[in-house]
Amino acid sequence: MTTMDSADFADSVRLDAAEWDRRGAVPAKVIWTMAQAGFLATDLPARYGGCDRTQAGLGELCADLGGVCSGLRGLVTVQGMVAAAVLRWGTVDQRVRWLPGLARGELLAGFAATEPCAGSDLSAVTTSVVPERGGLRVRGNKVWITFGQLAHVFLVLAELAGRPVAVLVESDRPGTVVEPVQGQLGMRAAQLADVRFDGVLVPPENLIAPPGFGLSHVVGTALDHGRFTVAWGCVGMAEACLRHAATHAANRKQGEVRLAGHQAVRALLGRCLADASTARNQCAHATELRQRAAPEAVVETVLAKYVAARVASAVSERAVQIHGAAGCAEDSPVARFFRDAKVMRIIEGSDEVAEQHLGEYALRWRP
Amino acid sequence: MAGQRPSEVEITVDKVVEDLRVFFSQALTGNVPGPDEDYFAQGLVNSLLALELVAHVEWRFGVSVEVEDLDLDNFRTMNRIAEFVRKKRSVPLP
Repeated sequence: MTTMDSADFADSVRLDAAEWDRRGAVPAKVIWTMAQAGFLATDLPARYGGCDRTQAGLGELCADLGGVCSGLRGLVTVQGMVAAAVLRWGTVDQRVRWLPGLARGELLAGFAATEPCAGSDLSAVTTSVVPERGGLRVRGNKVWITFGQLAHVFLVLAELAGRPVAVLVESDRPGTVVEPVQGQLGMRAAQLADVRFDGVLVPPENLIAPPGFGLSHVVGTALDHGRFTVAWGCVGMAEACLRHAATHAANRKQGEVRLAGHQAVRALLGRCLADASTARNQCAHATELRQRAAPEAVVETVLAKYVAARVASAVSERAVQIHGAAGCAEDSPVARFFRDAKVMRIIEGSDEVAEQHLGEYALRWRP
Repeated sequence: MAGQRPSEVEITVDKVVEDLRVFFSQALTGNVPGPDEDYFAQGLVNSLLALELVAHVEWRFGVSVEVEDLDLDNFRTMNRIAEFVRKKRSVPLP
C-alpha cells in the first residue's frame, strides 16, 4: 500500500465531487486509489491486512473525506462497519477469510439491515435464514444499502427460527438481485441499492456469531463503528461549510459593502464556528474513550454522532443562507452538503432513536 | 461514569456481582436485578446496553470476550457473569 495523506487526497478530488453527485457514482479509479492508499478498513490490525490506524486517525480520515464528498466517507463507513463486525465477532478462520480482502478493497462490503418494514426497529426484520443440507438458505428484501451497487459481499441481518442472526452473503451467489437506487435526497454518489435475496444458499461458515447475537452484538458492533465514522464525517461537512460561508462572506460585495460587513452575517458565522467546534470536541471525546476501550464509548459515540449530525445540518443550512441564490445553484457545494446533512440525521440511528438512548444515559446522573 | 479498572487485586465472585450491581443500578433506572434474575428475559437490556455490558466485563475484569463465549448462559444473570469471569481468569494468559 502506498502512503497518502488523507487531506491531500481530499484536496485532489474536491472539485470533482459535484460531478459525482450529479452522475450518482464515484469513479472506480477513485475507489481504487482509496483502497491503494489504505483508507478502507484502515483501523484493522496489520495482521489482517489493515493499517493499524488509531481511532483518532480514522476520525481525521472521515472528517477529510466528509468535507469533500459524503459518498467517499460512506465508502469508508460501510467497509469499516462490516470489517469491525467480522473482526470483533468472527472466528479466527472467518477473520482470515474476509478481512484482508476488505482491507485491500478487493472485496467491497454492503451492510444490509434495513427492510421495507424494518428501519429504526431492526428487531422487526423478516429476512429469514433456514438451515438445510448444504448450507443456509437466505430469503428477504433489503433496502437503502450504501454502495450496494458495487458490493461483493453483504452483511445481512436476518432471523433464524425467531432469533436474530448476521450472515455474509456474496453478491455473485445465485438468487442475489441488486437494484440501483437513484435520485434520493442526499449521498447521491454512494451508489445505493435495494437487494433481494431470493433463496440464496451460503455455506454455514458465513454465519457470524451464534443465533441470538446477530442484532445486539454483530450488527450492534457494525452500527457503533458506523456512528463513529459518520460523526467525524459530519465534523468535516460542518467545517467545510463554515469555510465556504466565511470565504463567500469575506469576498462578496454588494454596492461597497462586503457581506461580512453586516453584523447579521458575522453573527451567523460565529454561530457556525461555535457549533462546528462543539461537534469536533464531542467527537474527540468519544475518540479518546474508544481508544482506551471504555465501556461508555458506545453511548458517547451515539452522543457524538447525534451532536455532529445536527451541527452539520444547522451549519450547512446557514451556509446556504449566507450564499443566497448562489447557494441554491445546481452545483453549489453548500447545497450538496445541506442535502447530505439531512441524511446524516437519519442514518445509523435517527435523531429520535438517539434521544431515547441519550435520555437513558442522562438518567445515570441522577443522585 | 465507570469506575477504575482493578489492578492486580484478586477478583472474587462476590466482587464481580457487587460491581455488576452498581453497573445495573446506574444503567437501569430503579430496576436492579437480583443476582440470579435473567435481565434479558425481563427485557431490561436493550441492544446498546448488551454491547456495553460486554465492554464493561472486559474492561473491569481484564478478560477478553470472544465469539466462542457468546452464549446467553454466560451473560443472562450477574451470578453467571461472575462465574464466567472466574473461569476466564483461571486460564493463564498466553
